[in-house]
Amino acid sequence: LDYQHVQVPFEITLWIMLASLAKIGFHLYNKLPSVVPESCLLIFVGLIMGGIIYGLNDRSPPVMDSDIFFLYLLPPIVLDAGYFMPSRPFFENIGTILLYAVVGTIWNVFGIGFSLYGICQVKAFRLQDVSLLHNLLFGSLIAAVDPVAVLAVFEEIHVNEKLHILVFGESLLNDAVTVVLYKLFRSFCEMPTIKSVDVFAGVGKFFVVGLGGVLVGLSFGFTAAFTTRFTKDIRVIEPLFVFLYSYLSYLTAEMFHLSGIVAIISCAMGMKRYVEANISLKSHTTVKYFMKMWSSVSDTLIFIFLGVSTIGENHEWNWPYICFTVIFCLVWRALGVLVLTFFVNRFHVNTITSKDQFIIAYGGLRGAICFSLVFLLPDFHRKKLFIAATTVVILFTVFVQGMTIRPLVDLLAVKRKRESAPTVGEQIHIRFLDHLLAGIEDISGHWGQYYWKDKLEYFNSKYLQKILLREYDQPKSSIVLLYEKLERKHAIELAQAGQLGHGPAHPSFLSSSDRTVITDQKLEDTPNPDVLDNMQEILARNLYRIRRTGPAYNRHTLPGDSEPSERAKEILILRHKSL
Amino acid sequence: LSREDFQRIPELAINPLGDRIINAFFPEGEDQVNFRGFMRTLAHFRPIEDNEKSKDLNGPEPLNSRSNKLHFAFRLYDLDKDDKISRDELLQVLRMMVGVNISDEQLGSIADRTIQEADQDGDSAISFAEFVKVLEKVDVEQKMSIRFLH
Repeated sequence: LDYQHVQVPFEITLWIMLASLAKIGFHLYNKLPSVVPESCLLIFVGLIMGGIIYGLNDRSPPVMDSDIFFLYLLPPIVLDAGYFMPSRPFFENIGTILLYAVVGTIWNVFGIGFSLYGICQVKAFRLQDVSLLHNLLFGSLIAAVDPVAVLAVFEEIHVNEKLHILVFGESLLNDAVTVVLYKLFRSFCEMPTIKSVDVFAGVGKFFVVGLGGVLVGLSFGFTAAFTTRFTKDIRVIEPLFVFLYSYLSYLTAEMFHLSGIVAIISCAMGMKRYVEANISLKSHTTVKYFMKMWSSVSDTLIFIFLGVSTIGENHEWNWPYICFTVIFCLVWRALGVLVLTFFVNRFHVNTITSKDQFIIAYGGLRGAICFSLVFLLPDFHRKKLFIAATTVVILFTVFVQGMTIRPLVDLLAVKRKRESAPTVGEQIHIRFLDHLLAGIEDISGHWGQYYWKDKLEYFNSKYLQKILLREYDQPKSSIVLLYEKLERKHAIELAQAGQLGHGPAHPSFLSSSDRTVITDQKLEDTPNPDVLDNMQEILARNLYRIRRTGPAYNRHTLPGDSEPSERAKEILILRHKSL
Repeated sequence: LSREDFQRIPELAINPLGDRIINAFFPEGEDQVNFRGFMRTLAHFRPIEDNEKSKDLNGPEPLNSRSNKLHFAFRLYDLDKDDKISRDELLQVLRMMVGVNISDEQLGSIADRTIQEADQDGDSAISFAEFVKVLEKVDVEQKMSIRFLH
């Protein structure tokens, strides 16, 4: 029995297997996921496993190593989030998101830090040796909203797109702030004296971290797009480039002490448009599936490890401190959201209602990032107290807030997202309105969001597309693409219905050889579509808007995958009758 | 203001719908628009305030209501003002929006599909009510609003 030889990969595989089997188990009981979110169940499984290991070995089970978490488990999830992020709502709300992420997090950190320091001053709790700096350090790691937890919970409750993107975008972007503050306070802890110069250096560092992350990400993204321009003959390894470049951007950013999460998100968003135009259809599907698979596995593993690590002797239970931590987290988040929303609503047309505000405040879940950060703290005598407090906060937010958010959403009747896909007509009209609004803005001299969209599109078509797209002469407007996709589906349905034989000759809208032809009523053969002049289509972003019937971002399904076939069949039958 | 004044705005020259937007400012058959007319057209794009909604249900609807906003957009499509968007009018707008390199047959198919999706009374044209219905899921109030002068 040569266990030593295979021990490490064997154990890793066993953990992943356990995670996946647990996932299957939950979905077997249909009722369960609607009441209890999956993350809770996974933590529960982790708790059981931890208990078993503890009972068997009579010592603490393996604590999740922070390195493993930050280097292996977190990047797939963030990459998945960044790649499938619906860019239009994201950029429309970018101001609000940044405001929440930056100002909100700073507010939370200082609020929690100072109030906990105030609690420590009370003699009855025997906490006086926890200094202000320690409290601020603790505040900085516990204040950040966690994207993994938010994703896990929010995708099951299907709130409207704007709300989803606000909370989600905030949780992703506050990483930059968290990284800076955490490192700042940690180095302050080790310095004997602190001068005001250091504080200013800290503030400056924040900009460096954030912008540096974006730059690193974008440069890797564009390099990836450029590389895929030349992969025409080796289609098989195309998906690999996407993953390699994204992971490299994350690691590079971490190496330079910049924000890895921001880097990987900007990499994914930057390269998505060009890579999808360059790689083949099959590679594209592969990329999507692999991303979903890896992020799913990571997600499950994180929650299970959270549960496992809770059991053990790592904790010092000082209940007043812990309870006040939980209370302050909630209170400061609520206050922060209220104040910030008040400012946001003065400047924006569409206001964030108080129901939305409540959901934003309540949806501030903490998760595994806090947990790993607390383990990374230098060993000082109160570390176990912080670990205990972090564990309780995470468990509280995930279990209590996670389980009750769905009934609350129903109770408050928050506006849900629309369930259907945009039709061709809708898309045309929306594009029409975009042009109209851009024109009106120009007339009134107003620099609205359409102005910047215009500028970006101009820059894109003039420079970027020439460099990064292999076949520059093939960009199509999204209206035509949507139409093509629908027609392709119809063709597939027709073929399945065995009626392809007697249709009339069809014009082919698509030029590349690996796509099927379409049936239609028209008889002529059209030539291959020539160069589309993109200058007229300045406002056509989202070249590949896929027809979607579900929420824009979903952990478990790919966008555009969930049963449009029934609808297509109906439309097809109706059209055939009208022929 | 005359049409030439509008056409001097450079961004409008590259806007596909530039000419139609300019025409929307000028009332029937005239070549000059004064400040009042200019303001009236731009008033369609004022954001809808909450406190105005409950005000005056008996009087005429304010210019920036959802229905009037949509009507403004509808009139940009409907050149001959017969309260319907015919296939030709739709084709013209599509041609303006997608450029010169899609063939007429493709464009025709797209137009046919659009009309087919929207058409409910079978007249192969989109009436205002059908237009409204197509856009009922789109947040028009927010999309067609510009916060002027704040």
